Amino acid sequence: MAEPDVLVATGIVKRFNAFVAVADVDFRLGRDEAVGIVGPNGAGKTTLLNVLAGTYAPSAGTVHFNGTDVTGLDAASRNRLGIARTHQVPRPFANMTVFENVFVAASMGGELAGARAYDAAIESLRLCGMLELGNRRAETLGLLDRKGLELARALATDPKVLLLDEIGAGLTDAEAGELVAIIRGLRERGIAIVWIEHVLHVLLQIVERLVCMDAGAIIAEGAPDDVLANPAVIDAYLGSGVT
Amino acid sequence: MTQAQPIVVQRWNVLSIAAVTSLVALLVALAFGPTYLGPNLTDRITTLFIYVILAAMWNALAGYAGLVSVGQQAFFGLGAYAAIRLSNAGINVYLALALAPLIVGAASFPLSALALRLRGGEFAIGMWVFAELAHLSVNLDGLVQGETGTSLIALSAFAPDVRRACNYWIALALMTALVGLVFVLLRSRTGAAIQAIRDNEEAAASVGVRVFATKRLIFVLAAAGCAAAGSLTLSTLISFQPKTYFSVQWTAYMIFMTLVGGLGTFEGPIIGAVIFFVIETIFGASGVWYLVGLGASALLFSLFLPRGIWGTLTDRFGIHLMPVGYRLRFGSGEPR
Ligand SMILES: Nc1ncnc2c1ncn2[C@@H]1O[C@H](COP(=O)(O)OP(=O)(O)O)[C@@H](O)[C@H]1O
Ligand SMILES: [Mg+2]
Repeated sequence: MAEPDVLVATGIVKRFNAFVAVADVDFRLGRDEAVGIVGPNGAGKTTLLNVLAGTYAPSAGTVHFNGTDVTGLDAASRNRLGIARTHQVPRPFANMTVFENVFVAASMGGELAGARAYDAAIESLRLCGMLELGNRRAETLGLLDRKGLELARALATDPKVLLLDEIGAGLTDAEAGELVAIIRGLRERGIAIVWIEHVLHVLLQIVERLVCMDAGAIIAEGAPDDVLANPAVIDAYLGSGVT
Repeated sequence: MTQAQPIVVQRWNVLSIAAVTSLVALLVALAFGPTYLGPNLTDRITTLFIYVILAAMWNALAGYAGLVSVGQQAFFGLGAYAAIRLSNAGINVYLALALAPLIVGAASFPLSALALRLRGGEFAIGMWVFAELAHLSVNLDGLVQGETGTSLIALSAFAPDVRRACNYWIALALMTALVGLVFVLLRSRTGAAIQAIRDNEEAAASVGVRVFATKRLIFVLAAAGCAAAGSLTLSTLISFQPKTYFSVQWTAYMIFMTLVGGLGTFEGPIIGAVIFFVIETIFGASGVWYLVGLGASALLFSLFLPRGIWGTLTDRFGIHLMPVGYRLRFGSGEPR
């Protein structure tokens, strides 16, 4: 094991009362790797991401980060260790400015003080093309900018693993191109990425491995072309009309 | 182009520096109050200081941390009660009045573990239930003799003039310290984290904010602050009747001052306290109609000026006299 995986989830089960949202999933993410997660709505993708980020404690299973068991750690502690995430439905700090939103992330998750926190926040905003909006109250942002803010805020915590939940939905081609460029840049900085996304042509520009979930389970995983050609994936997710 | 722009994070500006300088001058002038105010005004202004403390505490709790409590009278009452108890145990009466808020603050620490589990309306009601329980428990103390109450007899040892001046100075010092503490806390990075929790708790946790510990900090501070107000009120009234101190009216006053001034703005509740003080001074003797008037104006404010007086002004003109936020300044241009 020269390069052990940075994130390893084993036997993850997540139940909501009697309903099983994630059923015995094993998931691993290598250092510098980018993995895409696809699957129909309700497949359990976001729930799995919540378990990885520490937002939900799993009903069963363990999560290891950098070889340490983090299953018992809450989202804040995992974020400080280096796991950051964006939310499928953006959750801005609505009454704070865009800069203040990102400053909280830099000073808490990034554990920076003073000018170093300012610099980290400004740098993240610049990277996501949000700097000009720095003094706007977050509640005045449109959906697109709210998604940008999710990304900037996650980056400001200086993550080693970035969990993205459908940040590409609803982008124009030009915007999608910018997003791909940003995420390529992150990969070059050594940030490992898990990306849940329905917009496949965007996703496939980034990820080298694809995981397909359905009904709480992984039904296929591997090289993107293989996964997309898999009959089970076509049946559950892509439908007969899509190649 | 943006790459080359130097960016400055600005917190103070000319206006806010001038405002805080004037405020310091005002506080210095107030420090000599007992020498020129006369006995009546000295008493009244002492009450104003207490109101400012109450408004600032409720605002820190509800306006900045999103913790809307209708049970803050619990700490107000317990502050007064703790002072009575300590004094009765033979501790110097002024030391007792000073220690009381610290003890109540410490006692609120374990309480926070229960209270902060509750969300939104549950928290509000839970705090009210706690206030009722605290009231009943204090009534059971033999020293208090139920609703008959007792008084801080040890204070009678001091001449009225000395007592009046001491109360005034202690109230001024505590107000300055507590409001100053809230200001410093809100300006710190913890202050930004507190507001993040208010706006979205789950998102705050996901960017590394320790949600529970941060909420607890503000909960304990507000408890100690309200207890200080209770202890100060006892020093002015001397008599302690549980019904008076554990009355929900104290929280109603806090809410009134905060809403009228501007919830979640630093300056607003202080302005609200002054307004409330003036209204009380003019109409306070009118009994029930005074309370009806207060309720009606609070209602009118929430309908027509939901951001309060100061909140409306900052929204429109972007002015901050005591800034707790951050502005980006781009190159030579004005902040947007
Ligand atoms: N907090 C929750 N409580 C109850 N059920 C939930 C909760 N979160 C998700 N679910 C359910 O779990 C299933 C998987 O949801 P989710 O993980 O959001 O799917 P996906 O992201 O793949 O669309 C859905 O049926 C959803 O209704
Ligand atoms: Mg989802």
